[in-house]
Amino acid sequence: MGYTFDFSVVWDNIGLFIAGALLTFRISLIAIAFGLILGIIGALFRTSGNRILNAITLAYVEIIRNTPFLIQLFFIFFGLPKLGIRLNAEQAAILSLSINFGAYSTEIVRAGVESIPKGQVEAAMALGFKPLKIFRYIILIPALSNIYTALIGQVILAVLFTSVVSQIATEDLTFAGDFLNSRTFRSFEIYFTVCLFYLAIVWIIKGIGYWVERRFFEFAKYSRR
Amino acid sequence: MTQFEVSKGGTATATEAAIVAQDVEKWYSNGFHVLKGVSLTVNKGEVVVLMGPSGSGKSTFIRTFNALEPFQKGSIEIDGIPLTPKLKNVDAIRREVGMVFQQFNLFPHLTVFENVSIAPIQVRNMPKAKADEIATQLLERVGILHQAKKYPGQLSGGQQQRVAIARALAMQPKIMLFDEPTSALDPEMVREVLDVMRSLANSGMTMVCVTHEVGFAREVADRIIFLADGLLVEDTTPAEFFNNPKSDRTRKFLSQILH
Amino acid sequence: MGDEFTLGRIFLNLLIATKWTIILSLIAFVFGGIVGFLVMLMRISPIKPLRFLSWIYVEFFEGTPLLLQLFLAFFGISVVFGINLSPLAAATIALTAFTSSFLADIWRGAVEALPKGQWEASSALGFGYFKKLRYIILPQAVKLSIAPTVGFLVQVIKGTSLASVIGFTELSRAASQINNVTLKALLVFALAGAIYFLLCYPLSVWSQKVEQRLNQQT
Ligand SMILES: Nc1ncnc2c1ncn2[C@@H]1O[C@H](COP(=O)(O)OP(=O)(O)OP(=O)(O)O)[C@@H](O)[C@H]1O
Ligand SMILES: [Mg+2]
Repeated sequence: MGYTFDFSVVWDNIGLFIAGALLTFRISLIAIAFGLILGIIGALFRTSGNRILNAITLAYVEIIRNTPFLIQLFFIFFGLPKLGIRLNAEQAAILSLSINFGAYSTEIVRAGVESIPKGQVEAAMALGFKPLKIFRYIILIPALSNIYTALIGQVILAVLFTSVVSQIATEDLTFAGDFLNSRTFRSFEIYFTVCLFYLAIVWIIKGIGYWVERRFFEFAKYSRR
Repeated sequence: MTQFEVSKGGTATATEAAIVAQDVEKWYSNGFHVLKGVSLTVNKGEVVVLMGPSGSGKSTFIRTFNALEPFQKGSIEIDGIPLTPKLKNVDAIRREVGMVFQQFNLFPHLTVFENVSIAPIQVRNMPKAKADEIATQLLERVGILHQAKKYPGQLSGGQQQRVAIARALAMQPKIMLFDEPTSALDPEMVREVLDVMRSLANSGMTMVCVTHEVGFAREVADRIIFLADGLLVEDTTPAEFFNNPKSDRTRKFLSQILH
Repeated sequence: MGDEFTLGRIFLNLLIATKWTIILSLIAFVFGGIVGFLVMLMRISPIKPLRFLSWIYVEFFEGTPLLLQLFLAFFGISVVFGINLSPLAAATIALTAFTSSFLADIWRGAVEALPKGQWEASSALGFGYFKKLRYIILPQAVKLSIAPTVGFLVQVIKGTSLASVIGFTELSRAASQINNVTLKALLVFALAGAIYFLLCYPLSVWSQKVEQRLNQQT
């Protein structure tokens, strides 16, 4: 094989990659924030004891978790306009990513709430804590510490999922690669570079994850379960 | 009859009685009739030990006193405040009543010191400096001050339970409830917890303790209540209870725990 | 022309394409399982360079999108080696890399979840390294890894949908093509989603059942 690698196409167009990476970052951040809100609401519904809310939420979770994101994206991007809901590519991308992340985080947050022993809440009530303060001061941190590994993992998967939105012409990191690929023959160099960008994002998230663990969840080392 | 009831709930006892429970009945949501009409009056400064076989309803009964368990029939008054589902009363009553649990239930994410000071700060809105002062005093009193910066998970069971007592005391309750505070402890740690409870009793605290520690009951309790199958079987002095039990049920129980 | 596409025809076309989704999933799982097993052996091996290489492998394929792995296989390999890879071949390579890295990680986790005492006890009995693995460690690890492995199979099936992007005609690509002709997006993608759901949901339930049973045992 006489192929010589030439990454000059990457350097010449580095601005394109960075712009794409920024959009990937922005879409991820917004979708994860919305998804987390959905997840908290979903977890509340799942643990509410109300059968109907629980059933609806469970159906949502199982449907999303057992169908490909690509189909969800196409359903929203091509389907919703048929119902008169106009969405541009970026809005459709954010909407479908949020719905997707919401389903996964519903189950994660629910597991976190259920991981708190009943005695913790009882002790707080006996001390006179009201529900909101019980959540804020007694449940929140231990629950987060129990689920944060799963949550970080899901955040990483969500960021990787965002690459799929390039398929509806959202100009994210992957789209930048596609664009250049259609103009040059340096496919390997281009897509490899895109991969490195994703890897970098993943490592940054992992790094933040470790930092949060050491900063806020040190106690978890000692609490035997 | 009416006269009798009036005098019981009237002015004469209102100042004396810390807890007045009358004909308390409770069913769990699965229909299980756990309390079948239990009446008990605990006077201020009294130490009452609650005994009974497993499943007799001891925990359920004392947990009604601070509204951790709702009940369906009868009435409970804590320090003159009727225990109704009204939130205002529940708040007032939980302010008066501290509780210590079998499993300690310390907050794992807070240091020992924060475990003791958080409720005064967050529930009582006490200035932090004041709450810290109280926490320091109480931890000193239960002998854990040198471990104040550690997390509960780093302490032994006995130490954790002493912190739990300090945490409850930090709210300056008038009544303390103990639900088998030493049952989850290794034998060598039981003493240190009982010592703290004993000194608390000597200081005049009103206490209701579910415990099977016979030595503690004989020495510290003013009265022993024996509960079986959701009914109050005996309400008597420790000497009477251990030396001269009235019912067969009590004798059977004593023969089981006395060795 | 759009009128020819009745509900029945759409469904039939989707079902025919589903065959390729299933085949691709099986290919990915079999090849991914074989490669993943080898990578897992490298990950737990006492030889440092092997551990390092396998770490890089897993880190790369777990840390990059499957879609990019498909592009690298389809466009990248063709250019670098000067050959024309079919979409099926490219999808096989990419899905194998993707599946093997996750499976290697899941299985390594299972091996490492075993108490250290198991290794030590079997050393004490004089087992060699591979005998230890074969008779003591792996049989126990298999039990632990069944639930997450089956759960991951769901991710593989869903992952095959991305092969449509490099032009492989499976369920998702068929759905896109039918949508292009009929413009019945809601119907077509809902049907495709329903077929995926029927493939995936039983596996999800099975995985949860196995996990519950395991949790009850311990
Ligand atoms: N949430 C509940 N729903 C239904 N039944 C319950 C519930 N909680 C407790 N019970 C039952 O009520 C009975 C009394 O329980 P309780 O915990 O008050 O007993 P106890 O005297 O404290 O026993 P132990 O010595 O074992 O602590 C038991 O038979 C128990 O199984
Ligand atoms: Mg009990």
